[in-house]
Amino acid sequence: MRIELKKRENISSLFSILSPFIALGLTLIAGVILFVSLGKDPVSALYSFFIEPLTEVWSLHELAIKAAPLILIAVGLSVCFRSNNWNIGAEGQFIIGAMAGSILPVVFHGWESPLMLPLMIISGMIGGALYAAIPAFLKARLNTNEILSSLMLVYIAQLLLDWTVRGPWRNPEGFNFPETRNFADNAVLPRIIETGKTHWGFGFALIAAIVLWFVMRRMLKGFEISVLGQSARAGRFAGFSDKKMVYFAFLLSGAMAGLAGISEVSGAIGQLRPVISPGYGFTAIIVAFLGRLNPLGIVAAGLILALTYLGGEAAQISIGITDKVTRLFQGLLLFFVLGCDTLIHYRIRLVFGAARKGSAA
Amino acid sequence: MQNKNTETPLLETRGLTKIFGSLRACDGIDLAIAPGEIHALLGENGAGKSTLVKMLFGVLDPSGGEILWKGKPVSIGSPGEARATGVGMVFQHFSLFEALTVAENIALALDGNVAIDRISEEARRLSLEYGLPLDPSAHVADLSVGERQRIEIVRSLLQNPELIILDEPTSVLTPQEADKLFETLAKLKAEGRSVLYISHRLEEVQRICDRATVLRHGRVTGACDPRQETPSSLARMMVGGEVAEISGAGLGEPGDMLVEIKKLSAPSRTPFAVALKDIDLAVRAGEVVAIAGVAGNGQSELFDVLSGEDKVADAEAILIRGKPVGRMGITERRLLGCGFVPEERHGHAAVSEMPLTANLVLSRHSSDRATFLSGGPLGLINTDAVAKACKRICEIMDVRKSGDDPAAGSLSGGNLQKFIVGRELDRKPMVLVVNQPTWGVDAGAASRIRQALIDLAKAGSAVVVISQDLDEVFEIASRIAVINEGQLSVAEPVSTMTRERIGLLMGGFHDGSGQAEVEAAHAH
Repeated sequence: MRIELKKRENISSLFSILSPFIALGLTLIAGVILFVSLGKDPVSALYSFFIEPLTEVWSLHELAIKAAPLILIAVGLSVCFRSNNWNIGAEGQFIIGAMAGSILPVVFHGWESPLMLPLMIISGMIGGALYAAIPAFLKARLNTNEILSSLMLVYIAQLLLDWTVRGPWRNPEGFNFPETRNFADNAVLPRIIETGKTHWGFGFALIAAIVLWFVMRRMLKGFEISVLGQSARAGRFAGFSDKKMVYFAFLLSGAMAGLAGISEVSGAIGQLRPVISPGYGFTAIIVAFLGRLNPLGIVAAGLILALTYLGGEAAQISIGITDKVTRLFQGLLLFFVLGCDTLIHYRIRLVFGAARKGSAA
Repeated sequence: MQNKNTETPLLETRGLTKIFGSLRACDGIDLAIAPGEIHALLGENGAGKSTLVKMLFGVLDPSGGEILWKGKPVSIGSPGEARATGVGMVFQHFSLFEALTVAENIALALDGNVAIDRISEEARRLSLEYGLPLDPSAHVADLSVGERQRIEIVRSLLQNPELIILDEPTSVLTPQEADKLFETLAKLKAEGRSVLYISHRLEEVQRICDRATVLRHGRVTGACDPRQETPSSLARMMVGGEVAEISGAGLGEPGDMLVEIKKLSAPSRTPFAVALKDIDLAVRAGEVVAIAGVAGNGQSELFDVLSGEDKVADAEAILIRGKPVGRMGITERRLLGCGFVPEERHGHAAVSEMPLTANLVLSRHSSDRATFLSGGPLGLINTDAVAKACKRICEIMDVRKSGDDPAAGSLSGGNLQKFIVGRELDRKPMVLVVNQPTWGVDAGAASRIRQALIDLAKAGSAVVVISQDLDEVFEIASRIAVINEGQLSVAEPVSTMTRERIGLLMGGFHDGSGQAEVEAAHAH
């Protein structure tokens, strides 16, 4: 027996819209099964995982802080994915962006200037973009698979950060802890409102989402991205260059990841450490797909995935289970989103017997 | 059925129906194929021929009706079951691996483990027996289209089928190659096998087929003996009305030189592409120059260098309106007043998943920047202006569609092609280059497109038509050139060109074996 996927002739538009919600529902059901088999009360576990973080003002600020990098990275990735370029290395671009943006406050410690923050942000974006340019170059020039090259560059970035923070950039007054200096006040991204911790990273995320939504919706550039993503040949016929699009998509998504990186370091952490991301760059891939590659949908999806981070921490404290559950929920969610999408486009057919498909069937 | 056969038909369908969504692609088809007959299945594109045949070959499941094999109801669930039943099929588009040998390709389609040597042996024997010379150890990439078709035929013969289905087999053949195919079919018939022959070429059908079933809009509109009919009566059954006559009258004296190709050579980009060698061609205003040739002889490569999708090393090799454009991209050439219609509709001329308006922007975002875009460097798409132009094109070209702005992929081949051609004509281009303008397009749409091309030339543009369809070439061209293995013959006026001469030029005047074959066919 073997299982075949057959393309459906009609794709239900209702289910295409419902798909992310169905995936969320299935994730919750899987969560119930998981908690029951761990011997926990599923209702209180799910409550502390998904509801409790939403009941306090301070944790809503935490939610926005966690959602900011996810949304920023995911809107960049959505453009990249729509153009049929598969940048899996946003995590690395996030790290390199954070490092590039930290050059000023760490290496030129004590420099006072109103240009400090703008320059940090710009260099963060450039750092992320340049790091993304490596897989772009390899793909456009040497036809290398960008999924592998961008993924492998993540590990290089992580080790580079680790080495830099323990070595050349270690805080000389920091009792040998593997950390850089704390950023001076003028290098810290300000809060959006005085009463809460949410910093401007979240503002950048919303602006980026709206701008890219407009680009994809109304501008010729957005049209070019979609055309090249759906058919490179038709794109060439339209006079668009698929090679240039590889660079555009990678540089843009890299710059967004870099912006997320420097915003996180400058707004939330305040210094560089050996580990600065709980996997934002990878989680953002889930965010991008859960948001249907639509920048506005990504804002909602980013908030949901941010909740799984908070929920994981909350569940660790209140019901005493490992925060690995966060990763598990994220994985389940991606699995169900992709599963729903696949089943909307294809139906499953079981084929019995050894009959082989015809040559041109 | 008009002529009731006393013997049981080999294959019969009763009320066979296939529904896709709301479309009844096949609607209650009754068809009977007697043993040892060549049965034609005639119909325009979209008439339901392919759907019907796919049901017979087990690729599609019928929504209703039944299939009888030798009088007994059967269900054919897969091509494997179809072959086991005794049905073989030769598809219009071959499914061969170019990098493998003939024998390896045949082995891939067979069930079970059979030693490759035995397959080679068997294939060689069969190919000789049926007059289909084939070298089992040759690589497919090195073979002509006609030879590739032979592989498919031999492949299906290996299963010893009682019914062979051929889908538009001559569309890729030279007239001489087609003659050889007809001999093979006659031999199959003499052995008592039946052939279901799908075609829209009336002349062929009249020549070789014993009976014909005509389909239109998924229904049987006629069952007849094609030899008793005239081409126009057959065409009426197919189209359901008179097909407009194309009128080339009024093509005046050629004017200014608009396209000049001088010693154009381009290496092949992939091991399986054709290199262009020393191509010379000049096209003046008011002319339709047709480039005939069998598929795969450099047509798409020539189109790509003319459109600028592929640039050539020597800028001077192509002059358009006097300007060297060899190094220019497609957008710059469009801005010079050129329009292009590639062969492949889906994924080249149009993005199937996108609506028509988006597909209008696809080829005209630069040439019509002033109307279609606003906001300067922002490049905002003016949806209203685009929708208006789209509506105008659909009206002029009579594009039939469901809804205001459906996805390009939801249109039938003919309607999408009318849209794609109309999209370029709407600009009134000075130079239009079209590759296979009516490939897979129904007769009504085809005549409309051909007339539009002639009218464009009459209005003073230069039109280059690359086409495999000789009827079309003779219908619209003022001059005809033939492309073979990347070389182009001198374009000769249509008045001095004959089909025979084109056939010889197509068959390869420099290729030894081809020459011998052509002569053999000639002597016949």
